[in-house]
Amino acid sequence: MAKVSFTPNIQRHVACPETEAAGGSVREVLNNLFARNPRARAYVLDDQAALRKHMTIFVDGQTIRDRVRLSDPVTASSTIHVFQALSGG
Amino acid sequence: MSDTLLVSTRKGLFWVARKHGCWEIERADFLGDNVSLTLTDLRSGRHFAALDHGHFGVKLHRSTAKGWEEIAAPTYPPKPDDLEENDMWGRPLAWSTARIWALQAGGADESGVIWCGTLPGGLFRSTNHGESWEMVRSLWDHPKRKQWMGGGADLPGIHSISVDPRNSKRIWIAVSTGGIWFTEDAGASWTQRGEGMRAEHVPPELTHDPIAQDVHCLAQCPAAPQRMWVQHHNGIFVSSDEGKTFTEITGVEPSTFGFPVVVHPRDPDTAWFVPEIKDEKRIPRDGRLVVTRTRDGGKSFDVLTKGLPQSHAYDVVYRHALAIDATGDRFAFGSTTGGLWVSEDQGDSWTNVTHTLPPIYAVRFS
Repeated sequence: MAKVSFTPNIQRHVACPETEAAGGSVREVLNNLFARNPRARAYVLDDQAALRKHMTIFVDGQTIRDRVRLSDPVTASSTIHVFQALSGG
Repeated sequence: MSDTLLVSTRKGLFWVARKHGCWEIERADFLGDNVSLTLTDLRSGRHFAALDHGHFGVKLHRSTAKGWEEIAAPTYPPKPDDLEENDMWGRPLAWSTARIWALQAGGADESGVIWCGTLPGGLFRSTNHGESWEMVRSLWDHPKRKQWMGGGADLPGIHSISVDPRNSKRIWIAVSTGGIWFTEDAGASWTQRGEGMRAEHVPPELTHDPIAQDVHCLAQCPAAPQRMWVQHHNGIFVSSDEGKTFTEITGVEPSTFGFPVVVHPRDPDTAWFVPEIKDEKRIPRDGRLVVTRTRDGGKSFDVLTKGLPQSHAYDVVYRHALAIDATGDRFAFGSTTGGLWVSEDQGDSWTNVTHTLPPIYAVRFS
C-alpha cells in the first residue's frame, strides 16, 4: 500500500496522520483514505472532487499532472505527499 | 436590545459585549483564520460562522453547548462532463463554493430552514439547521443566471437574502452583479425584480436592464416589507412596491457610493449608509468617516460624524459590516482598517470600541 502524508498546516483543522492506503491511482488511494477520514475530503478536494486550487500532490517526488481526475499512477511502494502550494496564501 | 456583537475578520471571530455601559472585546474564536460572515439564528439560538481557509476551502461551523462544531458547507452539484460553461473571463466556471456571502434564517414558521448565498452564484437551502444543504436548482439552472457577472469579486455572488415576514415562501435575493430576484414559492420559480435602477458601468442599451444592476446591498423593512433600500454601485435606490420598481435618490452629500445599507426595523423611511467617494476611489471623502441617515424616505439626509474620525480616516465599510439591532436604536460598524464603532442613539453619536482589529468583513448583533 502507498504511504500518504499531509501538510502539517492541515492538522489544526482536521487530523490527517501519516497513513497507508491501497490503490493504483491517486484517486483510488485518496478515496480509500477519505473513506476512513471523511472530513478531510473537502479540505483537499473541491466540490467537483478535483484537487483544490492551491493544493498540490507529489507521488514519489513528482507533482501530479492530472489535478482533475487524479489519474496519476501509484504503486504499492509509492510515497504520496499532500501539500499546500506556496501560492494562495 | 442586543448586548453582543459578532465581528468577522480576516484573522478571527471577535465577540464584543456591552458590560457596565461599555463595549469591549470579550473573546476571540478561530484566531488566525479568515471568518467571512456569521449568522445568529434567533429561533434556535445557534450561531453559524463561515470560514475561508484559502488552500483548504470554505467551511461552515455551528455553535453547540460545548463550542463550535464543523458542519457541512454548501457543495455544488456535479458539473456535467459535456457542459461548457465559462466565467466572464473565458475560464471554465468551477461549480464549487468560492465564498459564503449570505446567511439568512428562514421564517419564524419554518424552524431549521437557513438560506445561504455563495460565489459563484449558487443559492442553497438547509432544512435541518445547516446539517445538510441543497442547491436551489431552479435559480442555478435559470437561463439568465449565466448573464450574472463578477462585481467586487471575479465571480458573481448572492450577498443579500430577504425572507418576507408575512410569508416565508416569498424571498428576495440580490446579486453582484445580477440585480434582484424574487420567488413566491420558496424557490421553485424565480422572476427578476428591480425596474428603475440604473447602471453606469455598462453600455447605454443595458443601463436600465434589471439584470445589469450591481446591487451592493439590499435591505427590507421588517414592519413594512414593501419598502426596500438598495445601496447600488452607482447610487442609492428605494422601492415602495416590494422591489418591483425603484426610484433613485440623488444629491446626497458626501456621496451615494458605498456598500452597506440598513433600514429601521419599524420605520421604513429611516435608513443608514456609509459613503465612500466613488467606485474608483473607495475611501471616505476628505478622510472624514461619516454615516448618512435619512428619516424621510430619502428626501433629506443627516451626515453623522460625532465620535467618528474626521481626519485622515481611510476606513472602508463592507456590505455586511454595518449592523442594526432589533430595536433600531443600536448600531455597529467595522472597517477594513480594523476600526469598530457602536452607536446607541440611532447614529447620532458613535463610540470607538477598537481600531486595532484585523480587516473587518462582517458585523452582526447576536
